[in-house]
Amino acid sequence: MSDSVPAGRGASARDSAPVMRERRSPWRWLGIAAVVIGLAWIAFQILTNPGFEWDVVGKYMLHPQVLRGVGMTLWLTLLVMVMGTVIGIIVAVMRLSNDPILNGTAVAFVWFFRGTPVLVQLVFWYNLAAIFPDVSLGIPFGGPKLFEISATVAISSFTAALLGLGFNEGAYMAEIIRAGLTSVDHGQTEASRALGHRPAQTFRVIVLPQAMKAIIPPTGNQVIGMLKYTSLASVVALGELMHSVETIYSRTFQTMPMLIVAALWYLILVSILSVVQYYIERHYSRGWKTQANAAL
Amino acid sequence: MFDVSTGAPLVRATDIWMNRGSNTVLKGVSIEARKGEVIALLGPSGAGKSTLLRCLNAIEMADRGLVEVEGEIIGCEKVGEDYVRLPEKQVARQRAEIGMVFQNFNLFPHLSVLQNIIDAPMRVRGMKKADAVKLAHDLLARVRLSDKADAYPRHLSGGQQQRIAIARALAMNPKVMLFDEPTSALDPHLTDEVLDVIRELAETGMTMIIVTHEVAFARDVAHTVAVMGEGTIMEIGPPDEVLRAPKDPRVQTFLARALKEMAR
Ligand SMILES: Nc1ncnc2c1ncn2[C@@H]1O[C@H](COP(=O)(O)OP(=O)(O)OP(=O)(O)O)[C@@H](O)[C@H]1O
Ligand SMILES: [Mg+2]
Repeated sequence: MSDSVPAGRGASARDSAPVMRERRSPWRWLGIAAVVIGLAWIAFQILTNPGFEWDVVGKYMLHPQVLRGVGMTLWLTLLVMVMGTVIGIIVAVMRLSNDPILNGTAVAFVWFFRGTPVLVQLVFWYNLAAIFPDVSLGIPFGGPKLFEISATVAISSFTAALLGLGFNEGAYMAEIIRAGLTSVDHGQTEASRALGHRPAQTFRVIVLPQAMKAIIPPTGNQVIGMLKYTSLASVVALGELMHSVETIYSRTFQTMPMLIVAALWYLILVSILSVVQYYIERHYSRGWKTQANAAL
Repeated sequence: MFDVSTGAPLVRATDIWMNRGSNTVLKGVSIEARKGEVIALLGPSGAGKSTLLRCLNAIEMADRGLVEVEGEIIGCEKVGEDYVRLPEKQVARQRAEIGMVFQNFNLFPHLSVLQNIIDAPMRVRGMKKADAVKLAHDLLARVRLSDKADAYPRHLSGGQQQRIAIARALAMNPKVMLFDEPTSALDPHLTDEVLDVIRELAETGMTMIIVTHEVAFARDVAHTVAVMGEGTIMEIGPPDEVLRAPKDPRVQTFLARALKEMAR
């Protein structure tokens, strides 16, 4: 929109045109007052109640063990999302294929991993070592083994957390990606094929980039959710953020301040991710913006 | 009008049959286009016109019958006595030689006009970027949209989008161009700018098969008019014969209705 008023009948200086504003209701002020009083009361409690021990919060915010936990949380979130996305793409493509076997396998995968609690899956992987003492690669049903390691070694806290969270995430990502892929008009695929693109090129160059517009926002939610879900890995004693603060407060009994430390860190990380998400979404909405913004 | 060569047909479809669900969409359709020939394909809705075009470039596979372009069978190969579908990679290479323009344009909305045009020449043909860009600018000039190279499809009118789609297909230097109702989604005043581009293309000797409802355009531009109905070609011949004095009573009814609609 430009400021200049087009010349012609009825044109006038911009400032003389009447200004429109929103109607304000008296109830609005009452509402604002209630919210302000409520927030003030909560802030007063939090700051003055000695149980929160703000000095302890300050002391542990940058404690090495807490920082190691933050690092582990980020690393696990990253790997789980990579694993979830790769599985998600494969399962989504299988789900959309015409082959009944591929399709059925994909449906069953999503049904199982979305249908059981992630906490159960986590503990399940962790305890798998008890049922299958050895992990081996070879001919099944008692054939020769090419490769064998003890499952207690293979399934550490970290692998249990990665597998438990990763498969679960894969099931959710498959649904998100499938919805994204089906949101792209079939005419796009046809036009691409008609130009001589091979199936992989059609997928990668034409369909996936357009599907991204529908895939990115829910995936952002998934990443943010996963960052917090990694706290479940504390049950298999993985040293992520939650487990770190638990270890500290089980020693010092300063439970409330340590929980605040964890909460603050999660908030900080989520805030950073939200900013990243904003820029990625902007990137993938190319071609959909209005003319004025397209130049940006 | 461009002088059509008399040699072997450039495109030949022989005895195409196709079932979709419970109905037989194509019932033994045969059609030939010589080099430089423009064929207008008319017919009522549901006649199988789109389906025939999609078989010609193997976007859909016929159940029976062969499509050949310059003698090469499209979409399958002969193995012993049978015809077996080619791997998708090889079909893709064949499709690159056959241009297709759709009713809904189907430009790629996430790519600029220039990227829409240069992508396939570079990716499919391995053309160098500088050459592809130069080609794109030549084609944009031809469809009179030189100033739109950096625009995104969404910001163009329907007529402009369709002209870009034509430029995109031409960038592959196809042996034949297939048009599926290229102006049906356009307002009348935008229709003409697209038809003008197709008309000029005919004058350069491009072989074209055009599904259209524009009877007047078919009469002016096509060397051959074919009228389809119920999965067959009911009548085919020069426009003068087919449009002025159709023999098949079903074609007479169809044309009478089409001309009445045009007059409205
Ligand atoms: N995938 C499909 N499944 C079932 N029937 C189909 C399918 N595709 C097409 N048909 C049927 O095939 C017939 C021919 O369709 P087609 O789109 O080729 O007609 P058309 O001549 O292009 O018509 P229009 O002028 O409306 O575009 C129609 O009766 C249609 O219902
Ligand atoms: Mg059609």
